[in-house]
Amino acid sequence: MGSYILKRLISAIPVLLGITVIVFLIMALIPGDPATAILGSYATPENVEKINRDLGLDKPAVVRYFIWLGNMLTGDFGRSFSLNRPVLDEILERFGATLILAGTSFVLCSFLGILAGVVSAARQYGFADKAITFTVLIGISIPSFFLGMMMILLFAVNLKWLPVSGMYAIYGGGDLPDLLKHLIMPALALAAVATGVIARLSRSAMLEVLRQDFIRTARAKGVKERRVIRGHALRAAMVSIIPVLGIQAGFVLSGAVYIEIVFQWPGIGRMLVNAILQRDILLVQGGVVFVAACYVLFNIAVDVAQSMLDPRIKT
Amino acid sequence: MRQFLKLLFRNQLAAFGAVVLGFILVLALLVPVLPLQDPDVTATGDRFLRPFSEGHLLGTDHLGRDLLSRLLWGTRLSLAVGIAAAVIAATIGSAIGIIAGYFGGRTDNLIMRGVDMLMAFPYILLALAIVAALGPGLMNALIAVAAVNIPFFARNIRGVTVSLAGREFIDAARLAGMGHVRIILTEILPNVLPIIVIAMSTTVGWMILETAGLSFLGLGSQPPQADLGSMLGEARDAMITAPHTSIVPGVMIFLIVMSVNLLGDGVRDALDPRLKSGALSRPQAKTLVERKGAVPPATDDLLSIQDLETQFHVGKRVYRAVNKVSLSVKPGECLGVIGESGSGKSVTALSVMGLVASPPGVIAGGAVRLEGEDLLDVSYEKLRQKRGEKVAYIFQDPLATLHPLYRVGDQLAEAIQCHHKVSDAKARERALELLKAVRIPNAESRLKNYPHEMSGGMRQRVGIAMAMANDPDVIIADEPTTALDVTVQAQILALLDDLRRERGLAIIFITHDFGVVAQLCDRVAVMYAGRIVEQGPTNAVLDAPAHPYTKRLIACVPELGGGRRELAAIPGLPPVVDKLPEGCAFAPRCQKAREECQKGEIGLEGAAPRKVRCLYPEEAV
Repeated sequence: MGSYILKRLISAIPVLLGITVIVFLIMALIPGDPATAILGSYATPENVEKINRDLGLDKPAVVRYFIWLGNMLTGDFGRSFSLNRPVLDEILERFGATLILAGTSFVLCSFLGILAGVVSAARQYGFADKAITFTVLIGISIPSFFLGMMMILLFAVNLKWLPVSGMYAIYGGGDLPDLLKHLIMPALALAAVATGVIARLSRSAMLEVLRQDFIRTARAKGVKERRVIRGHALRAAMVSIIPVLGIQAGFVLSGAVYIEIVFQWPGIGRMLVNAILQRDILLVQGGVVFVAACYVLFNIAVDVAQSMLDPRIKT
Repeated sequence: MRQFLKLLFRNQLAAFGAVVLGFILVLALLVPVLPLQDPDVTATGDRFLRPFSEGHLLGTDHLGRDLLSRLLWGTRLSLAVGIAAAVIAATIGSAIGIIAGYFGGRTDNLIMRGVDMLMAFPYILLALAIVAALGPGLMNALIAVAAVNIPFFARNIRGVTVSLAGREFIDAARLAGMGHVRIILTEILPNVLPIIVIAMSTTVGWMILETAGLSFLGLGSQPPQADLGSMLGEARDAMITAPHTSIVPGVMIFLIVMSVNLLGDGVRDALDPRLKSGALSRPQAKTLVERKGAVPPATDDLLSIQDLETQFHVGKRVYRAVNKVSLSVKPGECLGVIGESGSGKSVTALSVMGLVASPPGVIAGGAVRLEGEDLLDVSYEKLRQKRGEKVAYIFQDPLATLHPLYRVGDQLAEAIQCHHKVSDAKARERALELLKAVRIPNAESRLKNYPHEMSGGMRQRVGIAMAMANDPDVIIADEPTTALDVTVQAQILALLDDLRRERGLAIIFITHDFGVVAQLCDRVAVMYAGRIVEQGPTNAVLDAPAHPYTKRLIACVPELGGGRRELAAIPGLPPVVDKLPEGCAFAPRCQKAREECQKGEIGLEGAAPRKVRCLYPEEAV
């Protein structure tokens, strides 16, 4: 197992390099002059030159790439001009908040999605199945940002059960119950679409597995139906559900951008959107590379989980 | 195509989606000619008018602009941008996919590596990076959304193209001297086009949502121009005081995405042929029993199948897989059931413990009695307690019939523990004993194996060990040796025979192999098209087959050292059992058939223990 993880980590290196190349290319191909883009059209030539030097834009692209890459490897992501602080500090601070939000959502959508899918499959064409299928259809069709806004209207403004936005109460907050109160709505809004997708897939994966011969064998042995569904069938279905969890993690991470805006969550998505609006290129670059790298590592974890679940995968 | 549309619209949800989407599309197209107010005219005096106000059906927004007008113009813009993004992504992505798939080799490798890299990003990060580079704006948002969806198309279309590129007609085109460009345009493109269209129909909803999302973030359309996303984004500041300004565009996005999803699901289902046959239905824990007519009285056999009728109901068709079959076994006896595939022998076997997949299986008549008790009449829980405990099964192909993700030791232990409360250690000990009993070498270490780590013969032994786990009274073996080579087959048969003699269990042995029957069975029943056509003691049937079908079947078996003998395959195929002809089902393939063979009901007759269902039997019985 250890050597498998190592192998997967080594194979991730070219992907990570590829990510930096793609981000660099996108940023390097900015039409027009980045300096003027940053400074506006009233920039003085001295300022333009200074910005170009700060960004290293006076050197050829290949050299610039390697300087940038080398700096990143040593932990230097550059300095954000809009926030006037090191990019990495800002990223690390914001990433924690995103991790709490997206992580909670991911756990929620995995658990609820698989549960709904299993119940749906076990009661195929029954009331529960129809109710779940209908809810799932609504869930995957409603834009998360709209859902978030409606939740605020209902639960925060009208019912006053939960705080409107933010991560902690401004006065007297900061403890875990306070965080949880703030977390419920954004986490649920963010999980909605992924829950629907996972539920659908789990349902069809379960139906597929339930027709297999080994399920008939389990029944012929006299295994209780509950165990046939929750044990034999679910275990086999997980093999096709887990890769989808990995893909959905990407969607949760993506959706966090909207949810962070709607709920004023101090995460990395909100930071990126603000950075784009401020044209703070280094902050965007650093943020994108950082999150994409985390996602690649997460997918390796998914592969490892998959290999532990399925002994047929050569490790 | 017509059949596809018919299937599509039979699906009510898909039809509903099509109607909603069609309505929205027509509205969006008609916007310029509808008598709407100017969407950009502000009237600060009329800010935040509620819906149904005079002159403003949906009210006004924070600048007093008419919401209905803005909604329809915004819808038009959102749809246009989403569809444009889908078309651009599909065109570029498919072109990349076709080139990679068609040329293969290094080109393919290089392109697909790049695509993989792009797919390693959570999609919105890439879109954000592109918008960051190009600057906010609707056009740039469109480019970003199209760009992040290119890899999806490239990968799908490449897969299809690779399978096409190896086909004969492409080779033929090459040999005819056609250039690459012409082959791609005239041979490949027409074939992948339907797949491109389907991929587009399933992703266009996403792209509408994604562009709306970027606009919502303020990175897409810029004021005063507004698509649905930026309407929602602008309304957010006033969400608490004037919620209708948020709800109006939000509900519209929801309706568009939902109708696209419904339609897309419908398209996918209509194209998936498995759904038509109902094959994706989950089999219930126990076969459905819907008996008509009287239940036959009990006998003193250990297990008796009486006038069993098992059918498959698919749509309006009824396949009579088992048609009034009666069989019985006594303790220590081995009964062979023989027939071609599709003769109903396996379905008969599975009916005993309610293991026929249902839907579509239905037991429509007869009885299955174990020590006199009618198994078709007991509750699921009672039946479950007898499964494996009283009557156990050995199935064909244990690679598919053993759970691939559980260790064999655990599967054996489970067989014991679902009937007896014993500790894990005890169950494990017993599992070891069982593996030894079926003569698996190194049984101790084999317990930890997964099925795929064992050979076919070993797996079959595990299957037998599992059937033996609870010392059942009856074992039903459904072609347990079919997948094995001859020497292993002989070992397995010897093993079963020993078990029968030592423990006095009754065996029903399903096979299509007369050699196996001769070796193991006391009596044999021959099945054809869901019925028993002949039965009797094995030797009597083998020596002097009475039914022409049995005779032909035996003639199919090559005999070692039997000199030159004509191996006569039976011409024709067994009939489909949903429209069985009158009279003898074998008559169309029978050389001796006469006119009266295809009339009325032909009974299974003769002096016990031999019986035959034939008007002109080969031997008098």
